[in-house]
Amino acid sequence: MTITESAAPPVLSLRGITKNFGAVAALADVDLDVGAGEVVAVVGDNGAGKSTLVKILAGVYRADAGAVRFQGEEVALESPAQVHALGIATVFQDLALCENLDVKANLFLGRELRPFLLDDVAMEQQSWELLRQLSAKIPTLKVPVAALSGGQRQTVAIARALLGDPKVILLDEPTAALGVAQTAEVLNLVERLRDNGLGVVMVSHNMADVRAVADRVAVLRLGRNNGVFDARSVSSEDIVAAITGAADNAVSKRASRLAAGTEES
Amino acid sequence: MTRVENAPAVDLQDERLLAPKTLGDSVRAAVRRVRDGDLGMLPVFGGIIVIWTVFQLLNRTFLSSTNLVNLSFDIVPVGFLALGIVCVLLVGQIDLSVGSVSGVSAAITAMVMVQYGQPTWIAIAAAVAAGSVIGWVYGQGFNRFAVPSFVMTLAGLLAFLGVQLWLLRGQNAVNLPYDSNLVQFAQLWFVPAWLAYVFAVLAAAGVFAAGWIGARTRRAAGLSAVSMRLLVMRSALILAALVFAVYYLNRTRGVAWMFMLFVAFVLVMHYVLSRTKFGRSVYAVGGNPEAARRAGINVKRVYSWVFVLCSTFAAIGGVLAAARLAAATQSTGTGDVNLNAIAAAVIGGTSLFGGRGSAFSALLGILVIQSISSGLTLLNLDSSYRFMVTGAVLVVAVALDSFARRSRQAHGRG
Repeated sequence: MTITESAAPPVLSLRGITKNFGAVAALADVDLDVGAGEVVAVVGDNGAGKSTLVKILAGVYRADAGAVRFQGEEVALESPAQVHALGIATVFQDLALCENLDVKANLFLGRELRPFLLDDVAMEQQSWELLRQLSAKIPTLKVPVAALSGGQRQTVAIARALLGDPKVILLDEPTAALGVAQTAEVLNLVERLRDNGLGVVMVSHNMADVRAVADRVAVLRLGRNNGVFDARSVSSEDIVAAITGAADNAVSKRASRLAAGTEES
Repeated sequence: MTRVENAPAVDLQDERLLAPKTLGDSVRAAVRRVRDGDLGMLPVFGGIIVIWTVFQLLNRTFLSSTNLVNLSFDIVPVGFLALGIVCVLLVGQIDLSVGSVSGVSAAITAMVMVQYGQPTWIAIAAAVAAGSVIGWVYGQGFNRFAVPSFVMTLAGLLAFLGVQLWLLRGQNAVNLPYDSNLVQFAQLWFVPAWLAYVFAVLAAAGVFAAGWIGARTRRAAGLSAVSMRLLVMRSALILAALVFAVYYLNRTRGVAWMFMLFVAFVLVMHYVLSRTKFGRSVYAVGGNPEAARRAGINVKRVYSWVFVLCSTFAAIGGVLAAARLAAATQSTGTGDVNLNAIAAAVIGGTSLFGGRGSAFSALLGILVIQSISSGLTLLNLDSSYRFMVTGAVLVVAVALDSFARRSRQAHGRG
């Protein structure tokens, strides 16, 4: 499957999203486009508005202003359930899993089959299909989620997001709490989602992860857009410069100082 | 792809999985589960066996048919309270007022029947409805005004004790007419012997049928399922135990209808909690309310329903307490009733921390509590000893729960 990004209309498109918390403008006039089969990384420093953007896209917060187009139609993002029904699934940083319930129960939480006589067999079957599709390495569905590793939990959370057959999936810091091998597993998963034709929005702090899987990198700085880069051609320095605001900053100064052989110190 | 005859089931394909293949494997797996701290109902069964053995050694009449029949009556009123407590504990909350609510309900039953001369069913309906309303008020206070359930129901404990005294208008006790159906039900009505055996057979057959149909559906879906042999053994064991229990109780008065009512409620609640969407959401809210909310569960409605269920069960318990005593008194539902109900739920294996437990813990837990009470009474020891022993058992149960919980975490069983 080949999708030329420039030709395909974006599946999700934000224009002029604004959100104020009291006197603080958390997001001001933010634009973002996500195409089908594309991974867009959203990066930014602390307080750049990444989490606010995720919560607006997830329907947890309502934007004060701005327009959202999803699959070519103007939509309102009103509540988590409504957004999920639209086809935008969110995996929160804290995963929001019930640790006392087993994998299957978590995957179908709130969407159980046959409400008055739970169809455990069908749910287990579909769970396995979904997890196999993701090449997930979860040996059994009968253990409570508390017994799984961080990477496995992340997989369960992503699998749960995929259950409603969404068009766009939002991943909030999917690798923040993971080790090296588990991070690689999750990045493989992100690539598989893209290959399945989903639009993926990945919020991350980790520049290496972003460069590993993203097609485009959207930088937020102090609640505003600060450039969208092609992940293949941009250098890490450029992204860092956009994140911190200018070439004249602590990170780039330190980098140039190290490059110059620390003669100034 | 054609399915090879002995290809592993869909859920057993991971090579890291230690899947039981033979009966011996299943037994070893069960032993491993227990060692890792996944105790389930084991401690309470063990507790019952120890307690029954000790009391039988101390007093030969303890395990007599007569005493066990009495026990089967005595566990029911507080058992209903414990069933309600199980529900609130599962969502990680507590209701300290079940005793007072049962007292109010007993008073309402007696007053409506005796003072106002209304038919029994109206009295029962009024009492149970009052319980539901109380639960609804708790739910509102908890959801809308964010009053912690501990405080809310502590206030209820006092307030409804007041209501109970006010309803009784200073009378120490209001006696129920001894010939009313309600009193007869709670003291004299027994299941005919043949019907009791039919129930026992039906129960075992039901367990077998459910297991067999479940296993067949799972195999058809390509999933692993319990072996026929295990299924037959389990059902046969249940059949033997139930038939023996019925036979033994029938040597004297038999199986009480009131006890059957309680068992029926426990079974219904077990079904609701384990096989319905509502039950799943109860466990989810107890495990992680925020995750439940984000999964689209109406968390506030779950809390409301659980408080209503708890108070309603407490009210039913109150009606039956009045019926059992043939009177509503100022002390109905007071004293140690509250704590017995909570202790029963915890001893039965329902966690105080939410999200873990089952309806059966009400039945088994209250059996432990009432056995102690009955055994000490037979030994002519007064309530001072009963309080001390029950307190000690509660501490042991909670300590075991915490210990098993740590062990579970260490062994990756949640």
